[in-house]
Amino acid sequence: MSKMVSVQRQAMVPERDAGKSPILECIGLGIDFGGLTAVDEINLTIGRTEIAGLIGPNGAGKTTVFNLLTKVYQPTRGTILLNGIDTHGMSTVQVNQAGIARTFQNIRLFSALSVEDNVKIGLHNQLPYSMWEGVFRLPRYWKREKEAHEKAMELLSIFDMQDMAKYRAGSLPYGAQRRLEIVRALATNPGILLLDEPAAGMNPSETAELMYNIRKIRDMFHIAIMLIEHDMNLVMGICEGICVLNYGKVIAKGAPAEIQANPAVIEAYLGKKKEA
Amino acid sequence: MTFLSYVINGVSLGSIYAIIALGYTMVYGIAKMLNFAHGDVIMVGAYICFYAVSRFALPPLLGIVLAMLVCTVLGVVIERLAYKPLRSAPSLAVLITAIGMSYFLQNMAQLLWTANPKVFPTAAIFGDKTGLGLFGGSLKISYVTIVTIVTCLVIMVGLTLFTRSTKMGKAMRACSEDKGAAQLMGINVNLTISVTFAIGSALAAIAGVLLCSAYPNLVPTTGSMPGIKAFTAAVFGGIGSIPGALLGGLLLGVIEIFARAYISTQLSDAIVFAVLIVVLLVKPAGLLGRQVREKV
Repeated sequence: MSKMVSVQRQAMVPERDAGKSPILECIGLGIDFGGLTAVDEINLTIGRTEIAGLIGPNGAGKTTVFNLLTKVYQPTRGTILLNGIDTHGMSTVQVNQAGIARTFQNIRLFSALSVEDNVKIGLHNQLPYSMWEGVFRLPRYWKREKEAHEKAMELLSIFDMQDMAKYRAGSLPYGAQRRLEIVRALATNPGILLLDEPAAGMNPSETAELMYNIRKIRDMFHIAIMLIEHDMNLVMGICEGICVLNYGKVIAKGAPAEIQANPAVIEAYLGKKKEA
Repeated sequence: MTFLSYVINGVSLGSIYAIIALGYTMVYGIAKMLNFAHGDVIMVGAYICFYAVSRFALPPLLGIVLAMLVCTVLGVVIERLAYKPLRSAPSLAVLITAIGMSYFLQNMAQLLWTANPKVFPTAAIFGDKTGLGLFGGSLKISYVTIVTIVTCLVIMVGLTLFTRSTKMGKAMRACSEDKGAAQLMGINVNLTISVTFAIGSALAAIAGVLLCSAYPNLVPTTGSMPGIKAFTAAVFGGIGSIPGALLGGLLLGVIEIFARAYISTQLSDAIVFAVLIVVLLVKPAGLLGRQVREKV
């Protein structure tokens, strides 16, 4: 039996966010698949502009948590408060409009569409013109599409990708596809951005650049970012609060230094020390 | 001269196939299902137009618009009631439901409008002018033929522009690639699928009117053979592709008319399908279809 560390809900909000209400709060979140409990008793609080990390060994349930937050799965138990609003019963589309955007562990761009169109898909709900205005190309269509083009270019410029706007998304190199996924998610105008293994497959210099960019996004858009990552340099380098999952449960929460020193975490990653 | 008139007839018939094929190809592209009831929506459209123009003496244009409206609603309702509950079911279940829906529509039409053939009021819709005479009258092109070809081109261009550059069109292409990711980007997938069915069914109504104007015999099974041929055209050109539907439709129309003229009237359908088999043997994804290579 591994030793459970007691968990407090308000443990990890950084000081500058302490006065404001959290962007995301999970209380007793859990899901069962048939008889199997995949994740359980997830209590999390993410501050307005926090960069939070979700780590844990393979199969710990990290992506499942993301799927619960984005309502790809409906939770069996517990509550998710987004901006203080209970998301119970909301669909994926509704929580996206309420302010959660995400990227994927295995890239899921619209690869046959151009880079710019991928970003415009993210802008979809911010383009207020009707289908008929689009069909007959009324003035509002031109105006809104022009705005969308400018917005898309502006977002692409964060990662210096303006020159690639006309390329097919599927033809981009791997690193650029990962960056495009982040841009597309940002285009939906989120309050919190979920990144599922953003550094997967990247070399150390690309990872360093990604770390810089994640901070840059947080500072530019004043949003919270929660990321799943196996690269501990990245996690320990940029996350202000870290939550460790193992076997679907939170085993530790806190600042990077606390997590690194936590015996339960070391045990989850490296196994238990043999008694002499 | 007769050769040229066969080509024009073929292109005209092919244009109708192409318009119908668009319905198959769009629904397949986005909902990943074969809507075999699509052919029967054509028949419903033709009946609505027939009753509006022949029985209620409405202006022909109003009759066509009415047919489009009824078919749009019908298409969306069919999708909501019959296909949406099966969105995550195996594709075979959806396919069989679609075939069932096709028989349902045919039998409903028979109950409502009887199996007696109706003569479609082509003259009332297009006027009784004979058409255009070219080369000193040796080549005659009827107005129906001209209208059919022009309509088809307008629809193709319009639809291409729509899917390429409007937000609903982009949402459709996004759904066609990855519904899950589209949803997570805030795209309402159900609405997008409904719009697809609405567009496909409105086009089916137009195709129904054009088809019955060229071949004025209207019965409850009128839609089934053109439906299957248009499906063939969609596969022929590469299902899921809009230019593919145009190319497949036109080729199929021309092949059918040529086979009828030069080989045998009875064998023309068999020849059409034989060509399909040969094409699919050589190009399994259709003429313009993208070959999806499995990653190993």
